[in-house]
Amino acid sequence: MSDSKQKPTPPAPQLPTVIEVRDLVTHYGTRQILNGINVDIVQGEIMVIMGGSGSGKSTFLRHLMALQMPTSGTIKILGNDVWDLSQKDLFGLRKKLGVAFQAGALFSSMTVGENIMLPLYEHTKLDRLTMQIMARMKLEVVDLAGFEDLMPSELSGGMVKRAAVARAIIMDPRILFFDEPSAGLDPVVSSQLDDLILRLRDAMGMTICVVTHELESAFKIADRITVLDKGDILFIGTVDELKKHPSERIQNLLNRRSEEAEIDADEYLRRLMGEKLETEGMSR
Amino acid sequence: MSERAKPNAVFRFFDRLGRLSVAGLEELGRYGTLLVESFYWLIFGHRIGQPVRIGAFFSEMMEIGVRAIGIVGIMAAAIGAMLAIQGIYSLKIFGAEGHVVFGVAFSMVREFAPLITGILVAGRSGSALSARIGTMKINQEIDALEVMGINPVRFLVVPSLLAALIMVPALTFMSMIVGLWAAGAYVNFALGMSLAAFLDQTISILSVNDLLHGLGKSAIFGLLIALIGVVNGFMVKGGAEGVGKATTRAVVQCISAIVVTDMLFALVATL
Ligand SMILES: Nc1ncnc2c1ncn2[C@@H]1O[C@H](COP(=O)(O)OP(=O)(O)OP(=O)(O)O)[C@@H](O)[C@H]1O
Ligand SMILES: [Mg+2]
Repeated sequence: MSDSKQKPTPPAPQLPTVIEVRDLVTHYGTRQILNGINVDIVQGEIMVIMGGSGSGKSTFLRHLMALQMPTSGTIKILGNDVWDLSQKDLFGLRKKLGVAFQAGALFSSMTVGENIMLPLYEHTKLDRLTMQIMARMKLEVVDLAGFEDLMPSELSGGMVKRAAVARAIIMDPRILFFDEPSAGLDPVVSSQLDDLILRLRDAMGMTICVVTHELESAFKIADRITVLDKGDILFIGTVDELKKHPSERIQNLLNRRSEEAEIDADEYLRRLMGEKLETEGMSR
Repeated sequence: MSERAKPNAVFRFFDRLGRLSVAGLEELGRYGTLLVESFYWLIFGHRIGQPVRIGAFFSEMMEIGVRAIGIVGIMAAAIGAMLAIQGIYSLKIFGAEGHVVFGVAFSMVREFAPLITGILVAGRSGSALSARIGTMKINQEIDALEVMGINPVRFLVVPSLLAALIMVPALTFMSMIVGLWAAGAYVNFALGMSLAAFLDQTISILSVNDLLHGLGKSAIFGLLIALIGVVNGFMVKGGAEGVGKATTRAVVQCISAIVVTDMLFALVATL
């Protein structure tokens, strides 16, 4: 990989940077997961993070929301260096961040409404009626009005994700994070979620970071795309730049879907057998 | 792999022993940290706008304490009767079955009430705690709490810890009474001693010290149950299988910790 790809892309002019990542290195145990990453995320953009499974996308996202400390390198979120944050600053900072996790992560012992009100209940002194009204407003944003009294287990997968979005935006965060919003959803619901993400940026001016596997969805929503590969940044840039990129590796990544669709059954079986033999060989 | 010389059995044994000790120490450290952190949130939480919620505390008291009243009561009655039956049977050899009250009163109040209550609460709540927190961990609900700026220890752990600390002694006190009553009922049936006489004798035999011994150690059992349940829950990795393993591990550890602590208490108290 050439050096130039590791350099941070210059942020678009006149827009302030909300997250600044410099030389981010992370380990799980002794295994290095991220190998010195540089990214700037600017205000009001939708940054899509892509990459193969296990490339470190979720780990990277966790760093962007100060859920995890790096081995080395700096991360500045809204001007706060994560290394300098006290417990109290961290709470202050987190009120400005919202996250919708992959599986929703709604609290199963609370109703949808209570889930969405929880941040208000914990961080504000509003009275209950006001909180309920605010929760209903956010539920309307995600097209879930009227569902506040159901338990999360009574919702469908797509509804859980949308409820999680409502909870993520209840405090009107500056930055919103999504880990695989469309995983496990049918194309229609997934495209509704994409529309929702676009609406959140346009109507509320949020900066949004999205981790996704879905190329189609990435192309639809992204202002810029970051491609991770085994802990390195392969590419940062706009959708057009990505589509026109000369690198074979990136083009392979983009065409991965169509390639897989063309594999015939014989070839597939042979590959499975081959892999099986290979793993057996390794374990010996 | 194959190029490296195979370590011999002795080396492997010590290597394993070393690893296990380090892991054990690390886990002990986790318990200590969690305990300290819990007290921190309890005392200073409100100062940084993160008070421990009374509502959560009450619902935990309900879950750990009130809902266990039935089963703890039944078990305490069975143990009390068992002590009386066993006591009369063995004392009969010396023709001293009238002294059964001594044995029953001491063993129920100092040993069996705390022990049976602790073990039952460990089975009910130690496992429930680790299952609940473990499930929350794999569903990323713990992460969600953190990002919302809600400390999971304050939000999830402190209410349970406090509830266990109060409810286990309370249940133990109830077991003492129920157990003694059941023993009295059997003695009444077997020896014709009236229940009032049995209770009179019991009260004159027991000192406040005996009561405090039983209640004091049950408070420690409560603390152990909550801590072990919570730590195992937070350590869950992987999916539903991980939760299952953590739950089993929590119950086994809780009961072992309770029995060993009980033995240490007995040792110290009789020195
Ligand atoms: N808690 C953890 N402990 C140890 N290793 C971890 C942990 N979380 C992730 N890893 C490892 O770090 C690497 C990157 O994981 P990560 O979850 O960031 O990948 P990802 O790009 O999000 O993958 P996916 O698309 O499958 O979600 C993986 O090899 C994974 O095994
Ligand atoms: Mg992931």
